[in-house]
Amino acid sequence: MADISTNFLGIKSPNPFWLASAPPTDKAYNVERAFEAGWGGVVWKTLGEAGPPVVNVNGPRYGAIYGPDRRLMGLNNIELITDRDLEINLKEITEVKERWPDRAMIVSLMVPCEERAWESILKRVDETGADGIELNFGCPHGMSERGMGSAVGQVPEYIEMVARWCKQYTELPVIVKLTPNITDIRYPARAAKDGGADAVSLINTINSIVSVDLDQLAPVPTIDGKGSHGGYCGPAVKPIAMNMVAEIARDSHTHGLPISGIGGISTWRDAAEFIALGCGTVQVCTAAMTYGFKIVTEMAEGLSDWMDEKGYASISDFQGMAVPNVSDWQHLNLNYVTKARIDQDSCIKCGRCHIACEDTSHQAITNIVNGERMFEVIDEECVGCNLCVNVCPVEDCITMEPISGTDPRTNLPVDPNYANWTTHPNNPAVADAAE
Amino acid sequence: MTTQETRNVQSGRLDQSEYEENFSDLHPLLSRHEALVESDRCYFCYDAPCVTACPTGIDIPMFIRQISADNPKGSAKTIFQQNILGGMCARVCPTETLCEEACVREAAEGKPVKIGQLQRYATDILIREADAHPFSRAPSTGKKIAVVGAGPAGLSCAHRLAMHGHDVTIYEAQSKGGGLSEYGIAAYKSVDDFAQKELQFILEIGGIEIKTGQRLGADVSVDQLSSEFDAVFLGIGLANVNALGLEGEDAAGSEDAVDYIANLRQASDLSSLPVGRHIVVIGGGMTAIDVATQAKLLGAEDVTIAYRRGQDAMNASAYEQELAQTHGVTIRHWLQPKALKRRDDGTISGIELEYTQQSNGSLSGTGETVTLRADQVFKAIGQKFDGGPLEGSGIALDGGRIKTDDERKTSLANVWAGGDCVHSGEDLTVVSVEDGKIAAESIHAALSA
Repeated sequence: MADISTNFLGIKSPNPFWLASAPPTDKAYNVERAFEAGWGGVVWKTLGEAGPPVVNVNGPRYGAIYGPDRRLMGLNNIELITDRDLEINLKEITEVKERWPDRAMIVSLMVPCEERAWESILKRVDETGADGIELNFGCPHGMSERGMGSAVGQVPEYIEMVARWCKQYTELPVIVKLTPNITDIRYPARAAKDGGADAVSLINTINSIVSVDLDQLAPVPTIDGKGSHGGYCGPAVKPIAMNMVAEIARDSHTHGLPISGIGGISTWRDAAEFIALGCGTVQVCTAAMTYGFKIVTEMAEGLSDWMDEKGYASISDFQGMAVPNVSDWQHLNLNYVTKARIDQDSCIKCGRCHIACEDTSHQAITNIVNGERMFEVIDEECVGCNLCVNVCPVEDCITMEPISGTDPRTNLPVDPNYANWTTHPNNPAVADAAE
Repeated sequence: MTTQETRNVQSGRLDQSEYEENFSDLHPLLSRHEALVESDRCYFCYDAPCVTACPTGIDIPMFIRQISADNPKGSAKTIFQQNILGGMCARVCPTETLCEEACVREAAEGKPVKIGQLQRYATDILIREADAHPFSRAPSTGKKIAVVGAGPAGLSCAHRLAMHGHDVTIYEAQSKGGGLSEYGIAAYKSVDDFAQKELQFILEIGGIEIKTGQRLGADVSVDQLSSEFDAVFLGIGLANVNALGLEGEDAAGSEDAVDYIANLRQASDLSSLPVGRHIVVIGGGMTAIDVATQAKLLGAEDVTIAYRRGQDAMNASAYEQELAQTHGVTIRHWLQPKALKRRDDGTISGIELEYTQQSNGSLSGTGETVTLRADQVFKAIGQKFDGGPLEGSGIALDGGRIKTDDERKTSLANVWAGGDCVHSGEDLTVVSVEDGKIAAESIHAALSA
């Protein structure tokens, strides 16, 4: 059986599944239930500085988008950092870590951008016995209006400065949690590394209005007729998160920087994908908030079963294995020519491939053949775009097959050798170089 | 069995609550959530096979998409554009042999999208609204059209004509409009007086007057209507039923299934309906299924459908056959009626059936017989056109029904016909609706020329 335990920055956990800093990790009661259910670690919900506790709205704080069977596809929230007293949180963190020494206990922090503020909170966290800290530079709502959260995460210089303070005032590993609400994730990641951070975690939630109530004509969740943008998370954000993880994993400046992946992870497969893109652990929130803590059983067993099937003995055996295959467009092989192939035996004749291609693409799929309703690829028109595969409701009915010989569309021979845009004759840069 | 056993046909076999339960809605309305989930199963096919399979050509993928987008009233309008009786058709169409049989998910997984139930979801939501009628009339043309028969064909024709701005007078022999929607069809398929609600919904378009108690051939004639109106549409259905051709067919206990169903549909108290303890139904179509199932639901002890051919040849769909069977009806094949058995007082006590066989396409009796006990024998072996009311009109018949061309024009100038009284397809509500619609467009074109 595969070993799915992880050692992330020296922080050991029995599996890579941590609960992200969020409502599920706001107090001992929840965290203990999580550990009982089998979660490998938690990032305790973000602590603020000592003083009067944070105040949350008293109306609804979540909004959602659904699939037709009310499957929750995306969730957003306008909840702030913990609204519990700092002392209570610190006491509970200490007690829980004592009771669960084999689980990862990370403490998320967000205090004003002042060195003294960070120094004083870090001193308190050190006393709890926690394994590490995560700097919340990502929260996009509420706290950002007060100069914290994503207001820091959007300025690389601030990230570097605060990371450096933290490394100065604590021996604990420092993870910087990044906001996706920026134009290029590599800049804040580089700043974190330059500030001495041991790792980054991403993504935090995405600025969003999840829906508009068309009766009230106001954003959801609606508080007395008004709504505010909130942080978007859940399955819908996974593709965005994975791209950002990959960008950091393959950036020459941050390559090798440990990453804790976050964003819509709901099953073992999601986790495996994030790990393949370089993550050392993964963090989960929405899936747990949707189904409860028990899902970690499916995640841990599924990951282990898949690793057994693939012959991976440990997480590190496949961690980052997909990173070298993430390429810039300009390096993709332009001599790789594919055509769609429709398996007539499994085709149910819905016609979606035809109309998608006919209306919106390349007019490369028939709807009538010899007077009969039939869907066949016209190789002379097919550019191999894959849209028909994506819209076909039958798995594996349409496949993209590489061809050799002559491409009927271009009437040109298919060159078996790799060649990309950088050497393509149509590339003006190539022409310039030749002159 | 003893042929002298006392005749056992009585009413009130069940408690009141059992009648209510037995005759409640066969398919309760989908909830909004169920409709959203089911509508998501539709693939929004291109050149969708379900549309081709619908005699009225409803844009099924579009109406389902409108449901999935939470616009059921818009969905209903899409349905009504092609089929103003979309509400009744959602209840009575044999969808399993029409749209749902053609559904690509039937091919893919044997589970078609529940098109009929989704159609009902949308149409019910719109119809139950006050002033729900989604269409308005074109400016008045001043043309007057007589429609004979307020059944599905006549109502469909009248509505389409009214939409085009013509004034329509419907002549209906019965005391209520609706035709087979009102007087035929199993009660559990059209609960809560739906046929009358649908009729009122259709009439909301305006410009349609219904004269009830006006029987063609008795109270009005084709000649008279032709001279008084700019055009005439005949939707007079099939007024006669086929006979078994057996001695004693008029004896007490020998019943016409169509009449029995009509009585059942009109009964204000189902416990007042007499039903036999032992029942045999002769036939293999929808009427046979409807009368057999409802007799069982009225409290008959055993009900057997005897059909002279095999299961595949039955006009009733497999779904309808199963519906009867799950209600406890026995369906026996390859049996044809041979003789009615009667008691000394002349009442029916049973029926002797002869086994049949098919060879080289022709059916013949084997000589072997079986006798089934029966307090009531229902004949449900088909209805036929009654040409009497047309006598002297000069309207040509073809194959025992009114002859029409593709536009549903009869041989007589300015007279059109549709529904079961013509040969346009299967004798289904939805086919009649299409006939009425085609005829209305043809009439409109003729009057606009």
